[in-house]
Amino acid sequence: MALERSDVEKIAHLARLGLNEADIPGTTETLNNILGLIDQMQAVNTDGIEPLAHPLEATQRLRADKVTERNQREAYQAIAPAVENGLYLVPKVIE
Amino acid sequence: MHQFTLAEIARGLADKQFSSEELTRSLLARIAQLDPQLNSFITVTEELALSQATAADARRANGESGALLGAPIGHKDLFCTQDVLTSCASKILTGFKAPYNATVVEKLASAGTVTLGKLNMDEFAMGSANESSHYGAVKNPWDLTRVPGGSSGGSAAAVAARLLPAATGTDTGGSIRQPAALTNLTGIKPTYGRVSRWGMIAYASSLDQGGPLARTAEDCALMLQAMAGFDTKDSTSVDQPVDDYLAALSQPLNGLRIGLPKEYFGAGLDARIGEKVMTVVEELKKLGASVKEISLPNMQHAIPAYYVIAPAEASSNLSRFDGVRFGYRCENPVNLEDLYKRSRGEGFGAEVKRRIMVGTYALSAGYYDAYYLKAQKIRRLIKNDFVAAFNDVDVILGPTTPNLAWKLGEKNNDPVAAYLEDIYTITANLAGIPGLSMPAGFVDGLPVGVQLLAPYFQEGRLLNVAHQYQQVTDWHIQAPAGF
Repeated sequence: MALERSDVEKIAHLARLGLNEADIPGTTETLNNILGLIDQMQAVNTDGIEPLAHPLEATQRLRADKVTERNQREAYQAIAPAVENGLYLVPKVIE
Repeated sequence: MHQFTLAEIARGLADKQFSSEELTRSLLARIAQLDPQLNSFITVTEELALSQATAADARRANGESGALLGAPIGHKDLFCTQDVLTSCASKILTGFKAPYNATVVEKLASAGTVTLGKLNMDEFAMGSANESSHYGAVKNPWDLTRVPGGSSGGSAAAVAARLLPAATGTDTGGSIRQPAALTNLTGIKPTYGRVSRWGMIAYASSLDQGGPLARTAEDCALMLQAMAGFDTKDSTSVDQPVDDYLAALSQPLNGLRIGLPKEYFGAGLDARIGEKVMTVVEELKKLGASVKEISLPNMQHAIPAYYVIAPAEASSNLSRFDGVRFGYRCENPVNLEDLYKRSRGEGFGAEVKRRIMVGTYALSAGYYDAYYLKAQKIRRLIKNDFVAAFNDVDVILGPTTPNLAWKLGEKNNDPVAAYLEDIYTITANLAGIPGLSMPAGFVDGLPVGVQLLAPYFQEGRLLNVAHQYQQVTDWHIQAPAGF
């Protein structure tokens, strides 16, 4: 099943990616080529095969529940596009 | 001085033939003179370099020693370096001066290395040609009209051009080994979990692994010794002691069992590369190795599986670039959604957007089983192939790349063609095993690389084989004309 323009617009919305109108036809074609490559997977017999998430089958390590990091709010906010009084600024979200 | 390897630099500094400051000044001048031809650096950290060099000289004067104390290196520009631009070669990280050091940066700094700068790369490490950088393409010093490979293309070009003796890189599908092959370097991708990923900006978290690029296996051993080790800050780091890689180098190859996978020598391989690979095999036989043909039957499925897993993980990892907390923000957003969409749409380049969209699609409702889960099952088949092969052989040997370095721009309009260049390297990332590329000669004046693969945590074995080969050959010491 090939992607159509409306599918590409939906994917771009899900990924919160703004696409230029002019780029949508080319993007659709390229994505379809890539999906064509990926679809070669469907011919592989994987019956009874367990999926592999971590090459060494490691599971999430846990640590003691204690404070290890100090607050670095100023350092982190120094590189933000817009901050004020220790808060990150974004456009108004509640009318 | 620029021809010295790390090992030679260590001897020169120990014997007081030159100071780290003299060496650093000389290489900084060389970078200023020659890098405009290559574009291998995004940032030259002159001030930091000189302060680290004088500090290293002071430590040596106080009786300290150490193989890397005072050695100049560079970092791929996705390793966070405190107060220095860390761009991932992306517009979206415009102005991002990392607030902390990556573990790899920290470990190399405490070993006494001198950071000359941050090296160009494919944007977010997505590419095999180093042409997707926001800071422009990197040129191959062996032929300035050709690509150096990618994604660690800046690291490779800088080391090959003798601007630096060694550099860090990362390898998600071949991004250390492939540029090493195309620029006549030695580069190693360690076992997944061997080198900490903390502070290494993520592309595909279950595949990414940091490692060195250098001109010799011995230098890779020196770098990896300092880079490797367990890190509590990286939840996928493996808690296992690090082997003595330098000690491993000198082991004789008598009795070494080499496997040649027949799938690596089939259609698609430039026959001239295949011939060079076989001359390496002959040389290793003279050193006492035995050779047999093996099979990795699922290799052909690696690229489709990789182009699901890597984009899926990328789409998740790159959601953090939102125009709010760091990096690029679009002008005058009208609302929050517009801020996200335009900051990301304007901040990411074409290849990154493509992979985010492929990943978003693969993970979207109704498609997860058909794509991500299916790819993870194929991933196990690929791992099983290696586990079976390593019952009979100690290392697997083949070409690193199917083709020589291609012309700049040649594969720009066909991403799928570029993806196929990773056919021989991608399986090691999917299985998580270590892989190394080393110089194997030249075809039409362009370098050819041979890849060695080994079982989990046998980095020492790979470095050993490459080092022994480099004791009896001189491909690795050839330098590009003009550099």
